Amino acid sequence: MPKDSGIGASPKRREDVRFLTGNGNYTDDINAHGQAYVHFLRSDLAHGKINGIDTAAAEAMPGVVRIFTAADFEAVGGVPCGWQITDRHGEVMQEPKHPILAEGKVRHVGEAIAAVVADSPEQARDAAEAIELDIEELPAVIDMKAAVADSSVKVHDDLTSNLCFDWGFVEENREAVEQAFQDAAHVTTLELINNRLIANPMEPRVAIGEYNRSSDDSTLYTTSQNPHVIRLLMGAFVLGIPEHKLRVVAPDVGGGFGTKIFHYAEEAFCTFAAKACNRAIKWTSSRSEAFMSDAHGRDHVSKIELALDADNNFTAVRTDTYANMGAYLSTFAPAVPTWLHGILMAGNYKTPLVYVNVKAVFTNTVPVDAYRGAGRPEATFQLERVVDKAARELGVDPIALRRQNFITEFPYATPVAVEYDTGDYNATMDKLEEIADLSGFATRRAASEAKGKIRGLGVNCYIEACGIAPSNLVGQLGARAGLYESATVRVNATGGLVVMTGSHSHGQGHETAFPQVIAEMIGIDESMIEIVHGDTAKVPMGMGTYGSRSLAVGGSAMVKATEKIIAKAKKIAAHLMEAADADIELKDGQFSVAGTDKSVAWGDVTLAAYVPHNYPLEDIEPGLEETAFYDPSNFTYPSGAYACEVEVDPDTGKVSIERFSAADDFGNIVNPMIVDGQVHGGIGQGIGQALLEGCVYDENGQLLSASFMDYAMPRADDLPFYAVDHSCQTPCTHNPLGVKGCGEAGAIGSPPAVVNAVVDALQSAGKNVTHIDMPLSPGRVWAAMNG
Amino acid sequence: MYNFDYEAPSSVAEAVAALAAEDAQALGGGQTLIPTMKQRLAMPSTLVSLSGIAEMKGFDVGNGAVTIGGNVTHAVVAAGAGAYPALAELASHIGDPAVRNRGTIGGSLANNDPSADYPAAALASAAVIVTNAREIAADDYFQGMFTTALEDGEIITGVRFAVPEVANYQKFVQPASRFALVGVFVAKHADGVRVAVTGASEEGVFRWAAAEAALNDSFSADAVADLAVDPANMIGDLHGTKAYRAHLVGVMTKRAVAAAT
Ligand SMILES: Cc1cc2nc3c(=O)[nH]c(=O)nc-3n(C[C@H](O)[C@H](O)[C@H](O)COP(=O)(O)OP(=O)(O)OC[C@H]3O[C@@H](n4cnc5c(N)ncnc54)[C@H](O)[C@@H]3O)c2cc1C
Repeated sequence: MPKDSGIGASPKRREDVRFLTGNGNYTDDINAHGQAYVHFLRSDLAHGKINGIDTAAAEAMPGVVRIFTAADFEAVGGVPCGWQITDRHGEVMQEPKHPILAEGKVRHVGEAIAAVVADSPEQARDAAEAIELDIEELPAVIDMKAAVADSSVKVHDDLTSNLCFDWGFVEENREAVEQAFQDAAHVTTLELINNRLIANPMEPRVAIGEYNRSSDDSTLYTTSQNPHVIRLLMGAFVLGIPEHKLRVVAPDVGGGFGTKIFHYAEEAFCTFAAKACNRAIKWTSSRSEAFMSDAHGRDHVSKIELALDADNNFTAVRTDTYANMGAYLSTFAPAVPTWLHGILMAGNYKTPLVYVNVKAVFTNTVPVDAYRGAGRPEATFQLERVVDKAARELGVDPIALRRQNFITEFPYATPVAVEYDTGDYNATMDKLEEIADLSGFATRRAASEAKGKIRGLGVNCYIEACGIAPSNLVGQLGARAGLYESATVRVNATGGLVVMTGSHSHGQGHETAFPQVIAEMIGIDESMIEIVHGDTAKVPMGMGTYGSRSLAVGGSAMVKATEKIIAKAKKIAAHLMEAADADIELKDGQFSVAGTDKSVAWGDVTLAAYVPHNYPLEDIEPGLEETAFYDPSNFTYPSGAYACEVEVDPDTGKVSIERFSAADDFGNIVNPMIVDGQVHGGIGQGIGQALLEGCVYDENGQLLSASFMDYAMPRADDLPFYAVDHSCQTPCTHNPLGVKGCGEAGAIGSPPAVVNAVVDALQSAGKNVTHIDMPLSPGRVWAAMNG
Repeated sequence: MYNFDYEAPSSVAEAVAALAAEDAQALGGGQTLIPTMKQRLAMPSTLVSLSGIAEMKGFDVGNGAVTIGGNVTHAVVAAGAGAYPALAELASHIGDPAVRNRGTIGGSLANNDPSADYPAAALASAAVIVTNAREIAADDYFQGMFTTALEDGEIITGVRFAVPEVANYQKFVQPASRFALVGVFVAKHADGVRVAVTGASEEGVFRWAAAEAALNDSFSADAVADLAVDPANMIGDLHGTKAYRAHLVGVMTKRAVAAAT
């Protein structure tokens, strides 16, 4: 019998009622009294020298409050980067200033040059058109390999080159890896591109700055996945506002996918300008602006090599990656191609030696940062494509080759610095073979052939490092922040609970899943528990939601705070029943004295805490409210195996996904329905990357895929029904819930399955195709078949 | 969007008069024009809405022809052009339901987007574009990307399609916009076969003469199997190279013929 409440049940998502009935409260729904609007005049050149900005005519336009340029921000810091990489030569990364408004040069199409504040959005836009710009166009550099050539134009004149850093990992293994390749019986090499993506959450970014002259407080409402991080970065590094004078609110947020983690210049602008103009200032991004100002994702150009011995055991992996940073370093950009990528390069395999080289490069493009999976999809894609290619070259079954090399004993210390706590890769592969009905593939292939279509099967596995992350470890790796999470559990007199969590929900269903955990711990109804998040004035310092961390890290903080609540409540109950603390048991919302029939209800105890007439005042304080911070001792390591079946139309090259199956191990599961949804969404994005989505710049740095007319988002009819299973569960050993995180798995695990399937299809039709770069658009597949 | 005045005439004559104003522009379903204005890429002084003009709403079937008023939406054609199934089918695949419920045949033909669907149907059907001033044969009407025989202020009041003996439209969609990456409309009339291609050419919708000749000899997919258009004039962009589009023209033509026979 499936449970109908608590951990393991699938209650419907309570937040969906307001989302689906138009009652969500998104940032754009917030309007401050007397607010003005800002319009950013953005560069239409990828690279240019600013010789002059004449705002005189624009300032005289109706409704204009004030026009800002870089000169107004001289006393203010640039947008900071939250991670510093030290490279293989011991040098720290090159870190250019990232100004609020373009300073001296424009460096990508979409960079804000001037900001017009006016009484209405239309007036602001009208005035922006009247600004006269004198910008001398400079040659742009878009291609990463061209950017690191000595002769290249420099994106930042004050840096030595366009190379941000040259990272090697594990540097000490470099020679041993080289030796392993010399000794190998077989080497498989693959060059590939992890295509640049634009996240396109349904809700574009919005920021509203407010300033209160009487209290000298600033407030920023923003579409963020982590309001406290924004408060810290913007307050401490950009505007110099202490945290007690700055409140950041991220209310309902309509999807983030990583791109709303980062601190953006528009947020700092609105906060700054609100004080400068003594008026609330609102900015709502248009979709066109989102394409050229939201941080993009992925964009790696890689070469991966796999060495095998004569028995097909993997002996070494070596990769060489160019990672696009864009024109400036976004908040976590340097971490994505390095620590979030390199530490996954062992994958599910016991390969003893790994060496990863990453060159991070500045180009005249929008900054690139984390996007669902962030570094881990790039690692998985390389590894699972090269393993597949190796199997084909060696003429062995790709699943058998994987199984042969699986890590089977845990904990397992990889050669890339991390220790996998638990996992069972054979179990998820077995489950996959069952749910994907792999034994029926030959029959389905024949049926496709009868229709004139070519069918292919692609399988892969993945491992990811989630539950980000142990603060002391990431500190050593260059993070300029800790990555713990916080929770305050406030029990009210009549027994209801309010839980303030530093995690932020922007579609994940926290308001439903988190109460399931606490309800289970206390034995009360979920409806008695309310989740509060997204407001630095209400919630203790927290780090927010990304990296599949909310339940593993935020949930653990919540459990710890609830444990403190229960411990205190037991003391109160013991007092009420005149028993010893140690004898008190809590079950189904009743405290009882072991071995007796004495009991008091949860509500009696909570009432006593706030009406302490009969209360152990000499031992404990009144009230029932506890805070906990949880800092994980390790990452969590979700893993799984995915299978994709495609049909290729040989006449047009069009690929259609016929079946998609995912067998994941997320450890323990709190709400299976929400987990299904997270996996579905992730696979949708992964298939989007594999088949449809591609951000394209021309050689002058013009964004060609600048709207939905040219940037193909996946739609319902591009996607099949999925078979999703998460019954293989090896609980995490180091967090109280034994959970691993499920938010990114689908996006990490699915692209290689799709590409492996298309390559399989084409090879089955006798085509000598070993790789096609994503997105596998019909034109590319056709060209590969006829190349 | 810039400010503009708005007129809603109830007759073609009033509309023509209103369009005489400087920088006045006709508004059909607004599915192309309004997004363009929102991007501030167009700044008409006056929008003259055609949607209230009863005489442009007609839908006539008879004498081997289907005549559709310039105001008729894609959804109405999809549901009502049963006498010309290939045309109804084409209309049912334009954009999404919202677009089909607003966008009009007159607006689509006036706009003549090189990837739009209706131009292929009009050209292959030897349609007559009826305006407030004259009748224009489709062969004379389409003059290259976004260019037509319409004069300033001229209004498409209707389109008369000759219903072919058999016809079929094959659309291979561009994955992002879902306009035609290549669309081929094949129509077999009593006096010959016409093959019109949209989406593919730098010069907009065109008739593929070699395919027409081959199909006049033998109306079968095999007849066009070895034909190819010259890639040189094809559009090459991030969604497909010139060679790929040229290839698709052949594939879609074969499929259209096969589906029509
Ligand atoms: C999301 C989306 C998807 C789409 N997908 C497709 C697709 O798959 N295939 C396709 O073919 N089209 C597609 N379209 C375009 C759509 O079909 C438009 O409706 C059509 O191109 C224009 O028709 P309209 O009535 O909306 O004209 P409007 O946008 O109102 O006007 C377009 C132009 O025509 C002029 N005009 C309008 N009516 C007349 C008239 N009667 N006489 C003279 N001039 C006139 C206007 O002045 C303007 O210059 C799509 C549009 C959108 C927004």
